[in-house]
Amino acid sequence: MDLVKNAAGRLVPTEVNGRPAVPFQGVGKYRPAGRKACPPVPTCLDYPDDGNKLVPDLRTGLEKAGIRSGMTISTHHHFRDGDTLSLQLFDLCAEMGLKDLVWYPSAAFPCHAPITKHLDSGVIHHIEGSLNGPLGDYCTQGKMRGLGVLRSHGGRAQAIQDGEVHIDIAVIAAPTADQFGNANAVHGKSACGVLGYADADLTYADRTIVVTDNLVPFPAIPIQLSGTHVDMVVRQDNIGDPKKIVSGTTQITRSPDRLYIAELTAKFIRDSGIMRDGFSFQAGAGGISLAFALYLADMMKQAGVKASWLHGGSTRYLVKMLEDGITPVLIDGQAFDLDAVRSIGVNRGHIDTSPLVSYNFHAKGNYINLLDAAVLSATEVDANFNANVVTHSDGRLRHGIGGWQNCMHARCTILAIPAMRDRMPVIVDEVTTLCAPGELVDVIVTELGIAINPLRQDLLDALKGKGLPVRTIEDIKAEVERTCGVPSRPKHSDKVVAVVKWIDGTVLDSVYQVPT
Amino acid sequence: MSSVTSGRRGPDVRSDLWVELELRTSGGIDLTIKSKVDFMYGESNRKLVLDTLKTLGVEHARVTIEDTGALPFVIMARLEAALRRANGQSGSGGQGSEGSGRNPRTPEPPNPAACLPPPGPSFALPTARDRWRRSRLYLPGNEPKFMLNARIHKPDAVILDLEDSVPPVDKDAALLVVRNALYALDFGDCERMVRINQLPAGLAEVDALVPAGVNVILIPKCESAEQVREVDARISSALSSFANRQSSFDTYLMPIIETCEGMFKAREIAGASPRVVALTYGLEDYILDLGGVKTPAGLESLWARSQVVNAAKAAGVQAIDTVFADVDDMEALRASCRAAKELGFEGKGCIHPRQVEVVNDEFMPSPVEIEKAQRIVQAFREAQAEGRNVVCVGSKMIDPPVVERALRTLERAEGSRVQGSTGSGQNPRTQEPQDPS
Repeated sequence: MDLVKNAAGRLVPTEVNGRPAVPFQGVGKYRPAGRKACPPVPTCLDYPDDGNKLVPDLRTGLEKAGIRSGMTISTHHHFRDGDTLSLQLFDLCAEMGLKDLVWYPSAAFPCHAPITKHLDSGVIHHIEGSLNGPLGDYCTQGKMRGLGVLRSHGGRAQAIQDGEVHIDIAVIAAPTADQFGNANAVHGKSACGVLGYADADLTYADRTIVVTDNLVPFPAIPIQLSGTHVDMVVRQDNIGDPKKIVSGTTQITRSPDRLYIAELTAKFIRDSGIMRDGFSFQAGAGGISLAFALYLADMMKQAGVKASWLHGGSTRYLVKMLEDGITPVLIDGQAFDLDAVRSIGVNRGHIDTSPLVSYNFHAKGNYINLLDAAVLSATEVDANFNANVVTHSDGRLRHGIGGWQNCMHARCTILAIPAMRDRMPVIVDEVTTLCAPGELVDVIVTELGIAINPLRQDLLDALKGKGLPVRTIEDIKAEVERTCGVPSRPKHSDKVVAVVKWIDGTVLDSVYQVPT
Repeated sequence: MSSVTSGRRGPDVRSDLWVELELRTSGGIDLTIKSKVDFMYGESNRKLVLDTLKTLGVEHARVTIEDTGALPFVIMARLEAALRRANGQSGSGGQGSEGSGRNPRTPEPPNPAACLPPPGPSFALPTARDRWRRSRLYLPGNEPKFMLNARIHKPDAVILDLEDSVPPVDKDAALLVVRNALYALDFGDCERMVRINQLPAGLAEVDALVPAGVNVILIPKCESAEQVREVDARISSALSSFANRQSSFDTYLMPIIETCEGMFKAREIAGASPRVVALTYGLEDYILDLGGVKTPAGLESLWARSQVVNAAKAAGVQAIDTVFADVDDMEALRASCRAAKELGFEGKGCIHPRQVEVVNDEFMPSPVEIEKAQRIVQAFREAQAEGRNVVCVGSKMIDPPVVERALRTLERAEGSRVQGSTGSGQNPRTQEPQDPS
């Protein structure tokens, strides 16, 4: 495999899974050309006059969709750790004797561990999507045949839209659907709130199969996904368990140190002047981000300040801000808990969005660029504010990128992170995997103080005399090393097992095989 | 051959070390380390373990270690605890030998010299008698992970606890963790307190803690002046045994009254030694002794609380309230602080970092109190300037004690600002740590 040094100084392959890949050229340097992908022109002649697209079962649907070995199959992750459809789907593919499929999920979770058997048996060739838990280990141990391709939510939609990834068949779990294929996630026993991650798949896939456990008479309102893009509808008993939507990263932290970081982050937003009437922010999943939203809500109430909109992933905490009138609008790409699911059904200000709209960098603007602040996590940050979110310092893939890279373009991007985890420094010499160039990371909030990117003199000025513990990142790093000791750099092999894409589709870094 | 263990392991354990040690008569050191930070600190940990064993005098042993990211001061403490157990000694703690699993067939044990970590930024920083002690944060003595960042929550003091939060079998190991933490960790502006075990076991702990630069020793279940004097004597002896100590350094005492007998002796206890800087009490044990029922209103302990305050003030020391148990109810904590402050208490214990801010806030003079104090002091100064003896604010005549109290309030308000703004490095250390053995 040929590796070249990209504009960030990282070695990356120029070909990924048989297709040429553009090395990262610098923030804002790459301009796409050409036209968007286009699925084949359909005709009503091929679809039932009565709009009834029901087929008896998923296997029939896959057969009628012309499934064959080597195809790319996509699924969405709105059930998060409660997804069962993806597992049923690939069990079926195995039964049908299919090989060398590419799975293109919008995210993977620990519940997807059984997928490894399909990788072993050759049913699935490789996965392009977030790789964590057992799938992350499988990939970093060098067992996957193709390269893992890690994309942000926006990057995934962009790759579909630009034709970089061609989805042959999209299989979409829908908590409520009608026979025509209109669908929503608001109603039904498996309601998961929104279905935005299936938006790009639905628009650009050759074939689309909607699978529901709650078939209702036409029209299934509200219509979150339009049946105009749907080939077939399958009704079956089980598509996923919404109770398992709440996974580890969507629970508030109980660690006193992390609560301290969350509160300090809220104080930063308040005292830097970002918190003012009409501002907007996104606070994602992750224990610290969730607690941050709680603290900030209190500070907003005390100061009598109201936001104009929030961007989700939504949680009960953001829902409470909406219902308390602290914000009139919550724009939501995914529901992180059942309170959020409930809210989207009843609150007019709680509206769904999709990565094509909120996060897509190859678009005529996107929502995230309008955000005043985004609070995120990270696994590592270096002294130049370069950040990692996919691997731990041992080189193993542990987390998906999610909307993390996309949020780097918010007006103020804040990483709220502990400076060390157990004895592992989070502020390091060089990040194991580069996922965001440091020029886009504005602030790092740790238990040891706040470090502001020297590029943001305005923020440094705004915090003067506010009594917050502002330090240089070098200073924090030195303290971490005094406490933990200077770590030695782990060794990795030269074998690339996955690549990290930047939001413009270029290759930002490589992930290497790690000895077991 | 049988072995001993120390430290903790398991799925929920973090930042700790578990060690199994089997002393041998030959064959050198057979060391196995399983560590979650092996890829970062594998080599340096191995070196630290071998160096520590050498300092401890161990030449031949099988040593098996499971590490969940322990810092060097913890690694050293766990190894020393294992060796002391192998020797059938329970360190200086005196209570842990029942958990040590001593085997009489163990080879001739090496002499367990202490193995101390290098001194960190807080080591042996002196404190002051009349320092402000609004909040003191309890930290379990055998849980090193809670100690590392305790300072960021800004309690006036941290209490490394050897008593109730440490199970009997781990008393010896906890003492070594606490001692090493006092040497190595950065506690920022916090006064460093340790709650020793009930006498007589606690006396031996003093010998290890004083050279580690502890500021205040808490004597639990204190019932007599004699007990205070015993600890005092032990401190004096420990202090004098290392002559190079800065002359400004001293170790103070805070007795904790937790029994009916203790309550009656409160005044004598508070005045038993010039080292006593504050008096506090423990409610749970006291109510048990009393045979009463703990109620939200707390009438059952009103006499005891007032007794503690009166005894403390009569002896010229600070009166500090006990802890508040419900860590989720901040409003109730606030009310409890106010009630304590009204009785005359000057601070309160915290069992969770989230309580610190509320406690600090409540025991600071409020803006209303400060403003009132300023008016009184101003009226007093004006009266002085005009040669009047009678001080008036509006139509109210002000007595001298009220002026005195107003002056104290302003000192406090001023003091809190100064205390809050100084860095931890205010006392440049010129001292090397002394070997306590």
